[in-house]
Amino acid sequence: MAMTLSEKILSRHAGRDVKTGEIIMADIDVTMSHDANRPLAIEVFEEMNGEGLFDPKRVFMLIDHHFPAKNQAAAISHNRLRKFCAAQGCNLYQGEGIAHVVMPEKGHVLPGELVVGTDSHTCTYGALGAFSCGIGSTDMGVALMTGKLWFLVPETIRMNISGKLPPGVFPKDLILYVIASITADGATYKAVEFAGPVIDSMPMDGRFTLSNMAVEMGAKAGLIAPDEITLEWVKTRATRDFAPQRPDPDADYAKVMEFDMSNLSPYVAKPHYVDNGVPIEEVVGTPIRQANLVSCTAARMSDLRIAASMLKGRKIDSGVQMLVVPGSREIFKSALKEGLIDTLVDAGCHVGPPSCGGCSGETFGALADEDVVISTANRNFKGRLGNPRAFIYLASPATVAASALTGKIADPRAYFN
Amino acid sequence: MVLEGRAHVFGDHINTDYIIAAKHKSRLTDLDDMVEYIMEDIRPGFIKEIEPGDFIVAGVNFGCGSSRETAPWVIKKSGIAAVLAKGFARIFFRNSINIGLRVARVDTASIQEGDLLQVDLASGKVKNGTRGDMMPTQPMPPFIQSILDAGGVKNYLKTHKTFDL
Repeated sequence: MAMTLSEKILSRHAGRDVKTGEIIMADIDVTMSHDANRPLAIEVFEEMNGEGLFDPKRVFMLIDHHFPAKNQAAAISHNRLRKFCAAQGCNLYQGEGIAHVVMPEKGHVLPGELVVGTDSHTCTYGALGAFSCGIGSTDMGVALMTGKLWFLVPETIRMNISGKLPPGVFPKDLILYVIASITADGATYKAVEFAGPVIDSMPMDGRFTLSNMAVEMGAKAGLIAPDEITLEWVKTRATRDFAPQRPDPDADYAKVMEFDMSNLSPYVAKPHYVDNGVPIEEVVGTPIRQANLVSCTAARMSDLRIAASMLKGRKIDSGVQMLVVPGSREIFKSALKEGLIDTLVDAGCHVGPPSCGGCSGETFGALADEDVVISTANRNFKGRLGNPRAFIYLASPATVAASALTGKIADPRAYFN
Repeated sequence: MVLEGRAHVFGDHINTDYIIAAKHKSRLTDLDDMVEYIMEDIRPGFIKEIEPGDFIVAGVNFGCGSSRETAPWVIKKSGIAAVLAKGFARIFFRNSINIGLRVARVDTASIQEGDLLQVDLASGKVKNGTRGDMMPTQPMPPFIQSILDAGGVKNYLKTHKTFDL
């Protein structure tokens, strides 16, 4: 039976061949929770009289959203997580970085695996060819106890992406364009498979950017079939054996979409919706107050390198604050070694501790009414950064850097030949 | 059981940041303290408009965005009896089922603010007492319905012990 990547992975974890539309029980490889959930998944687990975790080695908790603790509620949650993990013997990362950067980096999620996390951007791990989706705290309580959950095997939308990204145009532009095309609920309840020549040659950092934003089109999962690039990246990081899966060529897709990127402009999602994406020409010249190079979407080495290459020897506009939050300690250290942090600081950027700072709920840099932010993050909903009267534009690291230099939204292609 | 209450109408793509803003979710540890901020950024003072038993009526993609379970929780705790929407985002839908917040897919286009609705989820019917029209609810898979009927997954597992697919 020809299978999509989701059918393949879910079949392996259900112990039998499964088909789109079935409701199945499946064994989970790895769980991820962080400190921003209320209730905390561990609180649900305790309420359900969970005694032992299904497998402490496969349970990961990360303090990433409010690190360092930004208020007492965060400090209380952090203490609860520390106490729980010490008692249960599960894995805890504190301030190591953003979960969706750290989990792959440390080899904790691998191709072919089934992963759930109490965060909507858990779909990020789909870039490794894992079936990975966001769940709520109560579902996680159940998963922590049993190591299993029920899943509806989703239909899949196959996106074949061809052409070549023009100079100055990046994976973030691609995904903003795709989301604008399909709209915010265009993939609801479905899995998305990203494929085609543009994907085949895309390094992992860009793939994580794409999969990260699958949820912004409503998708349950956003998968990229593992290939040589994936296996090379995973090789030095994998902490256990894994079994990569690929979709069958004659798999049955709900929809196949073809995208040609040859003429793509940099894309910017205007306030206040992620699918409100437009070619940069439509927003060039919009004055900005803040530029954020942050988040699980695009704060990895490639993203920092792009921004640093554009900011080297230059200074950002005096009216702009540029916040840079490397996705993880590992990235921060690599960026230090490569001189990127020097470059960014010399240009006038403020570099923050690896965390979810600058993305959700005023964790780094509050905004006044009418303030305009351009960000590499994944959401621009009204109030997302704490002030419903501020405006958030989403863009690539290159567009964010170009805009910081001029104080207005600027086309980054001028910096690339 | 027929639920009766007034409709509070919202548009499309009401995301969970709108339902309960991160700045409140991350400042408070107790869900009860968050309820007053429901929909604050798009409809300030909404909590004061709700009478227990009322409905939230919405367009497509209700509950999109963050997976925060606080979103269905504040709706449930505010006294809203059910959310009727043209469509739901999947994590929100599943979270609602899990905590026993009644959700139903309905073509809500003709419902207006303040309309009195009679909602019979067991029979799959919504009657607009103000306007007179009837709308069917889209059935959900029986297994998922059974979790909701049990009042959420914790109650379900107390009686069923495991998931009876």
